[in-house]
Amino acid sequence: MSNLKTITVTVNGKHYTRDVEPRLLLSDFIRHHLGLTGTHVGCEHGVCGTCTVLFDGESVRSCLMFAVQSDGHEVTTVESLGDIDNLHPLQEAFMEAHAVQCGFCTSGFLMSLIPFLEENPDPTEEEIRDALAGNLCRCTGYQHIVDAVKLAAENMAVQS
Amino acid sequence: MKPAAFDYYAPSTTEEALAYLDQFGYDAKPLAGGQSLIPTMNFRLAQPSVLVDLNPIVDLSYIRPHEDGGLLLGAMTRASQVERDPLVAERAPLVHETMPSIAHPQIRNRSTMGGTMAHADPAAELPAVAIALNAQFRIRGQAGDRWVSVDEFFLGMFMTVIEPSELLVEVRLPPMPPRSGWCFREIARRHGDYALVGVAAMVTLDGGNQCDQARLVFLSVEDRPVPARRAAEMLQGQTPTAEAIQAAAETAATEDIDPGSDIHASASYRRQLAKVLARQALTQAFARARGVA
Repeated sequence: MSNLKTITVTVNGKHYTRDVEPRLLLSDFIRHHLGLTGTHVGCEHGVCGTCTVLFDGESVRSCLMFAVQSDGHEVTTVESLGDIDNLHPLQEAFMEAHAVQCGFCTSGFLMSLIPFLEENPDPTEEEIRDALAGNLCRCTGYQHIVDAVKLAAENMAVQS
Repeated sequence: MKPAAFDYYAPSTTEEALAYLDQFGYDAKPLAGGQSLIPTMNFRLAQPSVLVDLNPIVDLSYIRPHEDGGLLLGAMTRASQVERDPLVAERAPLVHETMPSIAHPQIRNRSTMGGTMAHADPAAELPAVAIALNAQFRIRGQAGDRWVSVDEFFLGMFMTVIEPSELLVEVRLPPMPPRSGWCFREIARRHGDYALVGVAAMVTLDGGNQCDQARLVFLSVEDRPVPARRAAEMLQGQTPTAEAIQAAAETAATEDIDPGSDIHASASYRRQLAKVLARQALTQAFARARGVA
């Protein structure tokens, strides 16, 4: 554990300063060093999308970045969206439309969808499917997830 | 899956980065977007002992108009920036059309112009597009810059003319002549996967609606992107009728490429895909050159 680097990262608005090995993946840093286990880890080579977080506001695979690279940057994880008593409209829609079965992929889907819905508040089904192409779900067959995104877009439009 | 240990340097200037590369030679790897390098490190297929992270070098991220009507793209420009840039859409519509086919939005938010060229994956889209556009590469070493034409840049699978002590810093796309048309097509099992075969087409018509120049480049068929030279020669000086396009597409698929078989597709299926994609791409490109598509 020589060659540690000290980094300061803002995660969900909170500043963290930690010593990390350069080879530590951002995904493992978030889970093991910060204890934010809402971000899941699936394939660890950029295929499944379950580790998706926002890096300076843009969706990225946290398994394809090193924690050292986040020094001075802003990371947003699923924990920022809402809690059990006060869910984000996107989380509400996932519940309502039965878009969650085992739930392993869900946080990745949500974090891919947050910037997508900001940019496309009224998406077509084709745009939704395109936006979801980088996230794998082995339970649902995707139809309910697509329904949930439509529902979330409708509900969020009413609220704003 | 955890990468092997390495020393990490995050220089803020190209000069500093070049000094590290010079110091560590073959042991060092530049880290651009990391969307290919980091998965290979996670698998421990790559175990560089030094990473020189180029992400803090903000000077390498830009999209600028060139005075000749072309474009200059900094090596650290993200794919998502290229995808959304109106100047790219106007001056390099082939690049604009290709971007959504590259992996997924989350990957494009990190992936860089220079990284995809320097990585030289034969299944990558932008290297083939660079050949179709006759791009030039500015490669920087401690002794200075050199320009390399795209036809000399790719040496084979994951190999380019960039030396271990050098960095690709800029990609130059020449201006598109008037009466030009373009098209990018690929077939993948799922959108965002590596293509089984893809093709980039760039054509220019003369005043008499005959083909002045055609460039047709395949990806995922050999160990590097492959220009279909015989097919291009067949089209030159011809009126691009459906028959002429069909004949060129057949020549491209049978004579210009020599695809291999793997678990994803057999060689003969790749030739079939290449023929169909070439016909579709050329048809669309010529229609755009005539201004009817």
